[in-house]
Amino acid sequence: MYKPNDLILRTTTSIIVFILLGFSIYLLLAGHNSPGGGFIGGLMTASAILLLYISYGSKAIEKILPINYRLLIPIGLLIALGTGIGSFFFNVPFLSQTFTYVQIPFFGKMELATAMLFDVGVYVTVLGVTLTIILSISRDQKS
Amino acid sequence: MSNLAVLPIIIPLLSGIILAFFPKKLTLVRSLAKVFITINLLVSGYILFTVYTTGSIILETGAWPAPYGIILVADSLSILLVFTTNIIAAACAFYAPHSLSDKKEQYYFYAFFFFLITGVSGAFLTGDIFNLFVFFEVLLMASYALIVLGGDKVQLRESIKYVLINLFSSILFVTAVAFLYAAVGTVNMAQIALRVQEVDQQGILTTIGILLFFVFATKAALFPLYYWMPSPYVKPNPVISALFGALLTKVGIYSIIRVFSLIFIYKIDLTHEVFIWIAGLSMIFGVIGALSTNNIKLIIAYNIIPAIGFIIMGIGVFNETAVSGSVYYLIHDMIIKAALFLIAGTVAYVAGTSDLRKFSGLIHYYPVLGWLLFVSAFVLAGIPPFSGFIGKLLLLTGALSDDEIAIVIIGLISSLLILYSIMKIFIKGFWGVKDESFEPKSIKGLTGPIAFLVAISVFLGVGAEFIYPSIENISTYLLDPEIYIDSVLKE
Repeated sequence: MYKPNDLILRTTTSIIVFILLGFSIYLLLAGHNSPGGGFIGGLMTASAILLLYISYGSKAIEKILPINYRLLIPIGLLIALGTGIGSFFFNVPFLSQTFTYVQIPFFGKMELATAMLFDVGVYVTVLGVTLTIILSISRDQKS
Repeated sequence: MSNLAVLPIIIPLLSGIILAFFPKKLTLVRSLAKVFITINLLVSGYILFTVYTTGSIILETGAWPAPYGIILVADSLSILLVFTTNIIAAACAFYAPHSLSDKKEQYYFYAFFFFLITGVSGAFLTGDIFNLFVFFEVLLMASYALIVLGGDKVQLRESIKYVLINLFSSILFVTAVAFLYAAVGTVNMAQIALRVQEVDQQGILTTIGILLFFVFATKAALFPLYYWMPSPYVKPNPVISALFGALLTKVGIYSIIRVFSLIFIYKIDLTHEVFIWIAGLSMIFGVIGALSTNNIKLIIAYNIIPAIGFIIMGIGVFNETAVSGSVYYLIHDMIIKAALFLIAGTVAYVAGTSDLRKFSGLIHYYPVLGWLLFVSAFVLAGIPPFSGFIGKLLLLTGALSDDEIAIVIIGLISSLLILYSIMKIFIKGFWGVKDESFEPKSIKGLTGPIAFLVAISVFLGVGAEFIYPSIENISTYLLDPEIYIDSVLKE
């Protein structure tokens, strides 16, 4: 059986994946004041995980990342909807957002907005949807 | 307490999300689905009561004032439709476990079911035309999943047709919204209405209105845009057919009612006159379709088209009697179509086929089902004590007072033929000699939800004295767009 030697691919992947993951988190957090946000952040993370799948094969990746991506979709939706429902408890209209300035050690004074939580929900949903679609299509050939 | 207006959207959304976590635990999922839908029904009933006692509920989401944020408007028409939707959804949720196979239920049936309800309620409640598009997509996405659930060959074929036509009309919808935004510079319905009023619907605005009508007519299956409809609606499971037949086309017709009673009302000679012709042609071609086939499910599906024709006729005539007839007929038709689809599904299940020529004499084994079909046929055709009569009477009186004789005659003849097409099922399928070799199947749990829906539609007819005043209020409300604009923009 012909077995390809993909040493270069695997070595570069293990470096690039961390850059990609870092960049995706940056995009998720930057969304409020510059281009970025939950959607593009989720797509970026999904592409990083996909790169791992391409270069290391599904068996190895399922071992180190034992996540059921299908479950991520309702989790993300629940987070996003939860930020909307949260406004019920403060007796303000649905989906009202608020923000505050917090002194965080090392980072300094930061603006924390509840819109961020909504973005996290979008991020998790996009990640779940993208990986569910791609992995369920790619797994089809086995059965 | 303006947050009430969003509850009919987020309760089903939350239920769908929760049920998506454990699709395989069927007993838990089924009972939770029944509990959630009952809660939703009660909550929307409470909101209906609040709206009728204290007036429209306007919710400015995110606390952004009216033209800038997304507005949810629970006025008397939209909340009545949301309540009707929830009645049908409740009947379907109780029917589903007895009708669907376990395999189909495990593949997220209840999650998609609740997402469909979310989309329908959202489309009824929104006060923003782009948000209307988003909720259309929410309900269409859920309906794509439901139509293909199970993956039979016919379902796959019909779903391709269904997805293509809906994708095309959604693209047109976005284009129409883009044109409208370019022309008036807003997507908030109240503000669009105000701006169209300011220029007296000049120039391009009528064209945009007709483009929007084209989009909604495709969704609502009006002549000549109904060609995609009958077949995809009958191939999936009866519960799914009932949800589609009762809710999806009615969202299209609601959008037409809303847009052409609020925004584009200054060139009535041009637009609304066309509606009357389209209504007549829909009635004619719908009943021709219903008479042409021996497939019981197709007969019911073709009967959607003349019903949509009746509703659009009221909007075309556009006087107070005719519009209240439209609203009455809309409510009546949603409920009775759901009941008829469930009956046809049950009959096809017990007979083992949906071809009328292959079975007869079912009344000896299923008397209750037979008489439920009989009553619903009378309700649909508009025999006096029942609800179809009052709707049609109002519509025809309204049309007569505007001297639209041709449409009245077409309406009366098509009612007769509708009665014939449904009675054909009763006569050929239920009458006849007892077939001794027939092995009856248990229909435990299937007749209950049907009887519930039929009882409500009988009440709509018998209790017309009780219901009619509020329907009349809705029509005065619809004919005066100032009330809507003022309540949203608070001027």
